Amino acid sequence: MRKPVSAFAVHGILALYTALALFPIVLVIMNSFKAKRAIFNTPLQPPMPWNFDPIGYVKVFGDSAISTYYMNSITVTVGTIFFTLLFGAMAAWALTEYKFRWNTALAIFLSIGIMVPIRLGSVSIIQLVSELNLINTLTALILVYVAQNLPLAVFILSEFIQQIPKDLREAGRCDGLSEYNIFFFIILPLLRPAMATVAVFTMIPVWNDLWFPLLLAPTGGKQTITLGVQQFLGQYITDWNAVLAALSTAIVPVLVLYVIFSRQMIRGLTSGAVK
Amino acid sequence: MAEVTIEKLHKSYGTVEVLRDINLTVSDGSFVVLVGPSGCGKSTLLRSVAGLEPISSGHITIGGRDVSALAPAQRDIAMVFQSYALYPHMNVENNMAFGLKFAGTPKDEIARRVGEATRILQLEPLLKRRPKELSGGQRQRVAIGRAIVRQPKVFLFDEPLSNLDAALRINTRVEIAKLHKLLKATIIYVTHDQVEAMTLADKIVVMNQGRVEQVGKPLELYYRPANLFVARFIGSPAMNTLTAELSRDGRSVSVGGVGLPVTVGAAAAPGAVTLGFRPEHCSIGKAGVPAKVDIVERLGETGYVHCRAADGTMILVEVKGDPELEQGADVRVAPAAGHLHLFDGTGARIPEA
Repeated sequence: MRKPVSAFAVHGILALYTALALFPIVLVIMNSFKAKRAIFNTPLQPPMPWNFDPIGYVKVFGDSAISTYYMNSITVTVGTIFFTLLFGAMAAWALTEYKFRWNTALAIFLSIGIMVPIRLGSVSIIQLVSELNLINTLTALILVYVAQNLPLAVFILSEFIQQIPKDLREAGRCDGLSEYNIFFFIILPLLRPAMATVAVFTMIPVWNDLWFPLLLAPTGGKQTITLGVQQFLGQYITDWNAVLAALSTAIVPVLVLYVIFSRQMIRGLTSGAVK
Repeated sequence: MAEVTIEKLHKSYGTVEVLRDINLTVSDGSFVVLVGPSGCGKSTLLRSVAGLEPISSGHITIGGRDVSALAPAQRDIAMVFQSYALYPHMNVENNMAFGLKFAGTPKDEIARRVGEATRILQLEPLLKRRPKELSGGQRQRVAIGRAIVRQPKVFLFDEPLSNLDAALRINTRVEIAKLHKLLKATIIYVTHDQVEAMTLADKIVVMNQGRVEQVGKPLELYYRPANLFVARFIGSPAMNTLTAELSRDGRSVSVGGVGLPVTVGAAAAPGAVTLGFRPEHCSIGKAGVPAKVDIVERLGETGYVHCRAADGTMILVEVKGDPELEQGADVRVAPAAGHLHLFDGTGARIPEA
C-alpha cells in the first residue's frame, strides 16, 4: 500500500494538471455563451443572465456551410479510424503470424514511418493528390491520414497480437476456419481493447488537424470544421461569438467518439482462454 | 473412425532433427499414448498428425487417405490442447458450435451434435457461460466437447490433464477412459505422466530424442522393456540397474561378487551387461547383492529402502510394512527370480531363452 501522504500528493499534482489542461476549454465554452462586449471586458466571468447571448450559436447553426463542415470532419475522422484499424490490424497480423521474405524489412520500414513526420512530404503529397485529381476531396484527406497513422497502429496492434495465445489460432485452424476467418472472428474480437486505444490515438490529431485540410481540401465545400471556423476570423473583423461557439460545438463529436471507444478499452478480455 | 499410419516420418528445424524415422500404426478405435521425457518430440509428432507442424519427409495417412500435405481442417481430426484454447469471447455453446458453423453444417444438425456433447459431458448448466467463468476442469470438458461435436475420425489430446490439480486429474482420467469406450474413437494422446499412459492406453509409444524406443501394451513395457531407456522410464519408482557380468555359459550373472541364475538365449554374448530389476521385485534377505542401507522411507503400507551397492550404485527396495533397518546397516538385496532384465552394451534387451 502507498502511504496516504504520497497518494494525496500524486492526486494533488494530477488535479492541478487537469485544471491547467481544462482551463482554456472551459474559457472557450464559457465565453461562447456571452455577448461580445462581455467577452472582452470580463473574459473570466461565467455566463450570467445580464451578459448571456447565444448569438454565436445562432450564427453557427444558421450557417448551412458549417453543418457541412461538421459532416466533413466526422466523415474524415471516422473513415480514417476505420481504415487505419482494418489495415493496421491486418498488417500487424500478417507481420506477427506469418514468416515470409521481407517480413523483418517491412516491419523496420513501418517503424521508420513512426519516426518521420508525414508533413515533411507535404509538397510531394500535394503533387500526388493533384495528379490523382483528388484535390478538394475528403478521399485525399482520408488517404493521407491513414498513411500517417498506419505505422503506429501496426506497431501497437502487433504487440497485442503477440499476447494472444498461439493455441487459439491453432484451435481455429483445427476447427476448419480459413486464415481470413481466424483473423476476423478470433483475432479481431480479442483485439478490441487495443483497437479502441489506437482509435483514440488516431482520431484526436485527425480531428484537430489544420495542415492537410488547408493544403488538400481548402475550398469547394470540403473544408473540415477546424478549417471552416477560419471563415469567422477576418483580417480586420473577427466574429468571436461565432468562433467560440463553433469551437465549443466541435468538441462534442470527438467527445462522443471517445466515450464510445473508451468503453471498449476493457482489460482482461482474453482471460479464460488458456490457463 | 479410422486407422492412422505414420511412415518414415522425419521432421527437422534447420539442422536439428526432432523426429527421426517414425513408423507407427494406430489401429481403428484404439487408444494410443505417446509418452516420453520433455523435449522427446511427442508433442511435435502429435502436431504433425494434426497438420499444425509441417513434416520434412514421410507420410501420414488417416483412414487410408494420405493427409501429409492437407490443412488441419481437411484431416478429419479434432485436437484438445493443453491450454484448452477456448475462444474467450464466446460462451460454451458457441465455443462448441463455432467450427461447425463455418463448415456449413445445417442449424438443426449443429444443435443436435452440441446437445449430444452437452449430455455426454454434463455441460448443461454451463452452456451460457464464458470460459473465464469456468473452473479448470470445466474448461477441460468444454474443450473435449468442442472436439466431440466435430465427429472426427481421430481425436488428438496434447497433455490435456497437466493443468489440473491432482484429484481432478484422476477424475478426468477416468472420464476420458469412459469416453473412449463410449465413442469407440481412435485417440492419440500425449503425456509425460506414465501413470496416465499405463491406465489409459491400449498401446503405449515410448519416445526419446525424436525416436520411438518401444511400442507395446502397457504391461508388455513393464514386464519386457526393449531397452534400458524404457526400463528406466516405465515403472515408478524406477527400475534398479547395476553393472554385471554374464557368465560364459549364459546361465548366471555375477554382480558385486554374487552369482544370480538367469536364462538367456544362445545368441547372448558373455561379458559386461546391465542387470535391471524393479524395486517391487526384490527383497532384503540373507542372500543377494551386498549393500549398505542409506535411507529408509516409511509410507505406512509399504516402505522404500535406499541402499548403496559396493560400487556406489543406488538400489531401491520396496518392503511391506515398517522395516526395522538402521542407516548404515549391511544388508543383502535379493532380486526375485524371473524378474531379472538384462541389457547389452548398447542398452538393448538380451532376450530370454
